[in-house]
Amino acid sequence: MAVIRDPMPAFELFQPTSVEDAQALLRRYGAGAWVLAGGLDSFDWLKDRIKRPEAVVDLSGIPELRGVRARGDGLEIGAMTTLTEVVRHGVVRERYALLLDAAEAAASPQIRNQGTLGGNVSQDTRCWYYRAGWPCYRAGGNICYADTPESINREHAILGADRCVAVNPSDTAPALIALDAQMVIRAANGGERVVAAEDYFVGPGKDITRMTVLQPGDLLTAIRLPGAWAGARFYFEKVRDRQVWDFALVSVASAMVVGAGGAIERMRLAVNGVAARPLRLQAVEDLVRGRPANEATAAVAANLAIAGAQPLRFNAYKVPLMRNLVKRAIRGVEATTWAS
Amino acid sequence: MSYSRRNFIKGVIAGGAVATSAGYLFRGSGPLFGQTSAPGSVERLVTLNVNGQTRRVDVLKQETLAMTLRYKLGLTGTKLGCDRAECGACTVLVDDVPRYSCSVLTHTVRGGRIVTIEGLARANGALHPVQQAVVDEQGFQCAFCLPGFVMAAVGFLKTNATPTREQLAHGISGNLCRCQDYDKILTSLMRGAEYLRRSTT
Repeated sequence: MAVIRDPMPAFELFQPTSVEDAQALLRRYGAGAWVLAGGLDSFDWLKDRIKRPEAVVDLSGIPELRGVRARGDGLEIGAMTTLTEVVRHGVVRERYALLLDAAEAAASPQIRNQGTLGGNVSQDTRCWYYRAGWPCYRAGGNICYADTPESINREHAILGADRCVAVNPSDTAPALIALDAQMVIRAANGGERVVAAEDYFVGPGKDITRMTVLQPGDLLTAIRLPGAWAGARFYFEKVRDRQVWDFALVSVASAMVVGAGGAIERMRLAVNGVAARPLRLQAVEDLVRGRPANEATAAVAANLAIAGAQPLRFNAYKVPLMRNLVKRAIRGVEATTWAS
Repeated sequence: MSYSRRNFIKGVIAGGAVATSAGYLFRGSGPLFGQTSAPGSVERLVTLNVNGQTRRVDVLKQETLAMTLRYKLGLTGTKLGCDRAECGACTVLVDDVPRYSCSVLTHTVRGGRIVTIEGLARANGALHPVQQAVVDEQGFQCAFCLPGFVMAAVGFLKTNATPTREQLAHGISGNLCRCQDYDKILTSLMRGAEYLRRSTT
């Protein structure tokens, strides 16, 4: 679509300094309210005039949503902490390098300087039919424009599609699932609930208009990393067309603990870019337990990972791509041929 | 006075002309007038710290920093390329951190220290070391992307003053050059890093 360079249409702007004030504003404006974190997802919607909120609630002025703090034997990261702040944090670098690699792979330096961890996991899908404002299932209509014989669907889903074939674009999401992160949500009624990262994301079968369990008025306030997977053997790889800006075609994140005998004691593994939500591959995790982290195990596990894949017209390449990334996550690689 | 595109744009700014319909821009402010007491509500008249100067400016709620800099403050050195956070031409520093000014609401950086390409040279006209290196190496071809690249490099060098060529390439990877002049740009910015180290020791 033509790119519009005029200023965005007007909206009322609020910059509350507490979560309570932010939620009061969300209540007041209801469906006309828009939550703004880093803004990199939001501004595309607003500039393209696809979404026309009445009031934008900017969370950047709420101190309790920012920063990385120790919590028990793990970490708690405020949802409004930027990806750069996550990447530079000493404990993240030392004990949670998986999250470091994933956050560092997102977008571009300037975007990481502004984009937040909470925003990265809560961002909307990038299916361009949907982003261009087509009235598809996800937008409340009754057709998927990406799943017709003529659709350009090279970047779309191979697993778990249900009417909608969009994929989740987040780089940090699979890493947080592999680390067994917990998402702290302040509900609209003021109560707090904690959801496992793998349950934070929803597919179209559950709610076709949302990417996460957040309901209107809910805010993600923090992400907790438990100590259980700190310092494990990590693997993250994101395959994309360009090494900057682009979202993943397929990405994989894993945490593995290998016993003294060389056998895999436990493993958590997640992929993204293949379904409407990042997928934890529990069947693969179960299969590899007790086996050596070698080529044979990787081959069997990778074949299991792609079981049931249903490619669309232009995205069949994602099946071997996902298989090979899962394989690499299990057996490791000498060195990748490019540096990002 | 000779007529140039730059002077024309500045003239338009000085004349107070707004190229877009006022009714469209101010949609939100009419019916909501009187709700300014709500927690977190925002005043349009703000004070910005730009290039070390305090500037009072009337900023729309939906206005991006690039719009404010170019069309309210006349700082047209900051370029607008894609207006979608995908090219880097609008890069400025906010509290020493490179940001895409096309994708920052001006109101979210009210308290920040904003530095644009115009703010790099010293008051006596002496260029910033990175600017001088770009001149010496003739690093750019058409140079539309130059201000963004220089600001991204200056910001990156504040976090890593002695980068390898690969590290600097990674640091400025959020900027595009349609002339495909990357090798020379990188050479000139590496020289800029060298000049900068020399000037601060």
